[in-house]
Amino acid sequence: MSTVSKLEEIELLHDVTQWFYREADLLDYREYAEWLKLLHPEMRYFIPLVRNVPRIRDTEFTREQQDNAWMDEGYTTIEKRVKQILTNIHWAEEPPSRASHLITNTVLLSVEGEKGSREVQTRSRVFVYQNRIDDEVNHFVGKRIDTLVEGENGWLLKHRTVHLDQSVLLAKALTVFI
Amino acid sequence: MSKPIDELIVQDKGLVSREIFIDDDLFKRELSHVFARAWLWVAHEDQIAKNGDYVVSKMGTDNVIVTRDMEGKVHVLLNTCTHRGMRLCRNDMGNARTFSCPYHGWSYSMDGRIVETPGDLAGVPGHATYYHGELDKKDWGLVRAPRVRVYKRTVWASWDPDAPDFEDYLGDMKEYLDFALDGRDGSPGNNEMIGGILKWRVPSNWKFAPENFIGDNYHDISHRSVDLVGINPSGGSGRRDDVPDEETTIGFPKLGHGVIGEPPVFEEPDYQEGWAGNPEVAEYYRQSHERRKERFGDGRRVSMTVGTIFPNMSFHGRQPRTIAVFHPISPTEMEMWRIFLVDRDAPQEVKDMARHYHLSYSGPGGLTESDDMENWAYATDSSRGEISRSIYFNYEMGLGHARELEHLEGAVENGTFTEENARIFYARWAEFMKAESWDELYPGKGPGPQRGGAEPTPVEEGE
Repeated sequence: MSTVSKLEEIELLHDVTQWFYREADLLDYREYAEWLKLLHPEMRYFIPLVRNVPRIRDTEFTREQQDNAWMDEGYTTIEKRVKQILTNIHWAEEPPSRASHLITNTVLLSVEGEKGSREVQTRSRVFVYQNRIDDEVNHFVGKRIDTLVEGENGWLLKHRTVHLDQSVLLAKALTVFI
Repeated sequence: MSKPIDELIVQDKGLVSREIFIDDDLFKRELSHVFARAWLWVAHEDQIAKNGDYVVSKMGTDNVIVTRDMEGKVHVLLNTCTHRGMRLCRNDMGNARTFSCPYHGWSYSMDGRIVETPGDLAGVPGHATYYHGELDKKDWGLVRAPRVRVYKRTVWASWDPDAPDFEDYLGDMKEYLDFALDGRDGSPGNNEMIGGILKWRVPSNWKFAPENFIGDNYHDISHRSVDLVGINPSGGSGRRDDVPDEETTIGFPKLGHGVIGEPPVFEEPDYQEGWAGNPEVAEYYRQSHERRKERFGDGRRVSMTVGTIFPNMSFHGRQPRTIAVFHPISPTEMEMWRIFLVDRDAPQEVKDMARHYHLSYSGPGGLTESDDMENWAYATDSSRGEISRSIYFNYEMGLGHARELEHLEGAVENGTFTEENARIFYARWAEFMKAESWDELYPGKGPGPQRGGAEPTPVEEGE
């Protein structure tokens, strides 16, 4: 990060946050096929479980590709989730939920590589509001750590960790992408 | 109270009133008559592997701490300070020598007793001074479940000292539970819990879940979307690669348990290739099958896909291999828990593939399970209306077609598609709701058919 100039940092932050807003638009307007194009073929998507544990312990979150999780998967499974929604008989999302993604507090954690093939890691807050049928409302709020890689056609999401601010998930299903 | 129990569960017609899914008074009675009496799953031993380990759990609407004391003994303790009720342990898990209440400082050792270390600070602060040494600490330890049983790495408890022994409570359903808890090669208790327990709230009456898992093959249509997409660990469509040909529903009318599985056999069925997505993993299961064949020889063995131990624990024995528990929160809300199991001594890649598969299948984010939640939640919701609550659910599929099953005591079988096991579940529920003590419930004493072969289960020869 220290090698990044102030100007480059401003530009990067602008690019990355705009990318997040565009991604949110695709999800909120249910353009899932377009959304998939933003994902790196080797991407990992991880939403660990959160536990109430003493402050001095490091067991608050379950570990990626080791423990149980809300989601811990790669592109293939994510693509299946999209295909499932598009069957129009995935009843947890049929009729479709209304969802809005709010992404905020984005900071750059690291920038690696040369312009044109950079890899950036960011941390944001995410608030996903889901309303379903008539009075079913879910709030998915938490911290999101994203790794984006720069390629010929722009940025692709290579890694996403979502730390949800809930230990017991207060939603009956997790059928929205966070 | 709404109608009498026998008008809510009309057994000879296969009818169940919607009242039992939404009524407050019935819910309160369930807590005292079902949850305060039955054997309930509380933990997996991997959660309390070392002395001093603890994990919080639930029994009905009560919060409990499952501990392993300094001598290695397992206790199930009510998670509330006996002095002023503060939730003693607000961590989900950990390791400790004592629990100290944040409110007034009463402290308890891992076996639930008030700490007896001499001095005025430990145990009950001010015991010698403010209490003048008069409070009898022995009387004020944590309230404990009088019955605790560690069974093949799972921990169970009952609040009722008169409950039958856990094995008697299971009856021959034990063999099906064993299938899930034993290794793929049949090695006893060869299971490991993948770290972490899924806990989520569902706006559903708790009974929809055990009913679903006790023998409802009919709802397969709910999962058409995941079947079309395919999460089959051998690739392709479908959500499993190991559904056997001989699958049927097997229920235990005197006990309330039931399973979708296979009747006992004395020769291992041919191996069905599975987990083909990873050849090395597939080889592990193939070899396990060979070892299983050798282990059981011409002895009796069973296998199963999914089942329910009355009242609120269900388990999957194959794909995915999991345990689910349904904790009542209110008539129209439950907290669902799910853990995943793998062979303890399996190679890491077998465990990894199983974990990935389990996660894609089960839990609120599971491609299969998320659709179940939708069914249970909106079936509960649409039973709330003044008119809708007054009508009955229909459970008459296969009514009167149950056949006695050989080699398992008190078991009946009723084919792949039937509501026999749901009827068994609600008949047992009715017995619990009516009974005033275990004297009326213990198999052989209750209003259900007699255990021990004195009176055969009604049998109708058919198909």
